[in-house]
Amino acid sequence: MGWGFAGPFVAVFGLVFLAPIGYAGYLSLFQDRLIGGTSFVGLDNYGEALTDPRFWDGLMRVGLFLLVQVPVMLGIALLAALAIDSGRLYGKTFFRVSIFLPYAVPAVVASLIWGFMYGNQFGLVGNINDAFGVTLPDPLSPSLVLASIGNIVTWEFVGYNMLIFYSALKVVPRSLYEAAAIDGAGEWRIVTSVKLPAIRSALVIATIFSIIGSFQLFNEPSILQKLAPNAITNDLTPNLYTYSLSFSGQQHNYAATVAIVMGVITAIIAYAVQLRGMRKG
Amino acid sequence: MTTSMTTAAAESTPDPHEPRAAGTPAAPHRARPAATRDRKRLPHTPLNPRRSVPLTLLTGLVLVYTLLPLAWLVINATKSQRGLLDSFGLWFADDFNLWDNITRTLTYDDGVFVRWLLNTLLYVAAGAGGATVLAVLGGYALAKYDFPGRKAVFAVVIGAVAVPGTALAVPTFLMFSNMGLTNTPWAVIIPSLISPFGLYLMWVFAAEAVPTELLEAARIDGSGELRTFFTIALPLLVPGTVTVLLFSMVATWNNYFLPLIMIKDPDWYPLTLGLNAWNAQAQTAGGEAVFDLIVTGSLLTIVPIVAVFLLLQRYWQSGLAAGSVKE
Repeated sequence: MGWGFAGPFVAVFGLVFLAPIGYAGYLSLFQDRLIGGTSFVGLDNYGEALTDPRFWDGLMRVGLFLLVQVPVMLGIALLAALAIDSGRLYGKTFFRVSIFLPYAVPAVVASLIWGFMYGNQFGLVGNINDAFGVTLPDPLSPSLVLASIGNIVTWEFVGYNMLIFYSALKVVPRSLYEAAAIDGAGEWRIVTSVKLPAIRSALVIATIFSIIGSFQLFNEPSILQKLAPNAITNDLTPNLYTYSLSFSGQQHNYAATVAIVMGVITAIIAYAVQLRGMRKG
Repeated sequence: MTTSMTTAAAESTPDPHEPRAAGTPAAPHRARPAATRDRKRLPHTPLNPRRSVPLTLLTGLVLVYTLLPLAWLVINATKSQRGLLDSFGLWFADDFNLWDNITRTLTYDDGVFVRWLLNTLLYVAAGAGGATVLAVLGGYALAKYDFPGRKAVFAVVIGAVAVPGTALAVPTFLMFSNMGLTNTPWAVIIPSLISPFGLYLMWVFAAEAVPTELLEAARIDGSGELRTFFTIALPLLVPGTVTVLLFSMVATWNNYFLPLIMIKDPDWYPLTLGLNAWNAQAQTAGGEAVFDLIVTGSLLTIVPIVAVFLLLQRYWQSGLAAGSVKE
């Protein structure tokens, strides 16, 4: 009877998760050439992907991106969650709801708003330049575009992570704080010695989701590309590269290979973070 | 797990329909001033902290950061194309064009925006609705039945949470293309039907919210499994179901990547792709620069989902709480 209830989910899951993974594995073993048609090439595509500078450069870029963006975002989210949970804010519900609000905004709209604000046509950067007679660095220039994307991603997800931390803090027994206070612990000491260890699993999970998200970076650069075609190349991130390989270049077999390599790397890093996060606990 | 989770939600948003947490008696109005006075006499402890202006101002910086772009959007949706280019971004222009902008957004190009809105509603209703149904049934099965392969189902689905969604996109596209499904609504709806996170959430929720003894009692009374599910389990699962529905709705409403690869025909675009197409048009030399429509269209796109989110916000929190205590 259990299968009767679980069956529909499992069937669709097989169709949209397992089958594509299997199909990608199959595709990655072939090559499609203009002359000669499709031929079995074994692991040749993997060899090519592992030495493909466009793929590795993209991977390094998202690696750098996540090393900076994830700590900044999670740090702000954690501080906001601690502040709201401390009960020392005026209007804490307003804070909680407003900081979470951007999560409901689609990546397309978020990227368009920020993209326009970055712009010097009718954006804030243009306004400030005109008003003060200065020339701010262009956020959409090649050297700054990754930071500008990082800001958009931070804006979109800071509230989501704040709410994860806040929800975890909410269920920590209040008596622990009281006991620590009686022992003479100050407020900051309570944060580091009681609150943070208590929400460790939430911290680990938020970190893993953020890492997975960074490696998948696609939506924001893809939309900003129209505003900054020179700064955002087709191989800025591995996912943009996969996308352009398969939809502009028709190199489906190679695109599938890159996607698999990327998936494996993501899974390994997510797993390593989880192991490390749980071991300390 | 679930007990503390619902308590947290109840504390944060007092709701007259919510049963009061133990220890907070349903105080009649007369009792309230007394309670406040008592509270004031208590010393400030970690359980009863003093409000802090500096901390409020400091956290206010985060608030400014999150609200500023939304304020920019609202302000600029009231401007004409000229006002957009000539006036300061964070203040209104001399003319107030919001209603005119909305009318033009809805009627531009034979009302294509309305078509995109209807498409989005279709994808949300079928995709998010279907995803919720599958997650509720599956989560209930995992929580309340012991069937062969149950552990395997769970392991595979949890593993799938870590699979980058975009890694699946190319092979899914090729598969659907071979099946003749691309460029049809099915290509967007079918992949939206699976939410591993939703299944996990329903599993956790069903395990706590539906007492197994209750199901046993119904069976002894001769109730069939389906009838037991609909009459006993389903009503108890409502809060979890609303949470999963909300998450799936936002995910489907905001979806960009999946329709981008699956749909080429603008008639089947959801709002996100439509706005992206307008932006592409505005940035192309010779294309009509419809920045005012993009800004107004962006505002119209987020209003419904923000409204739903604000109305049902306490479900968000309970969902995230359940997700974060996983172990």
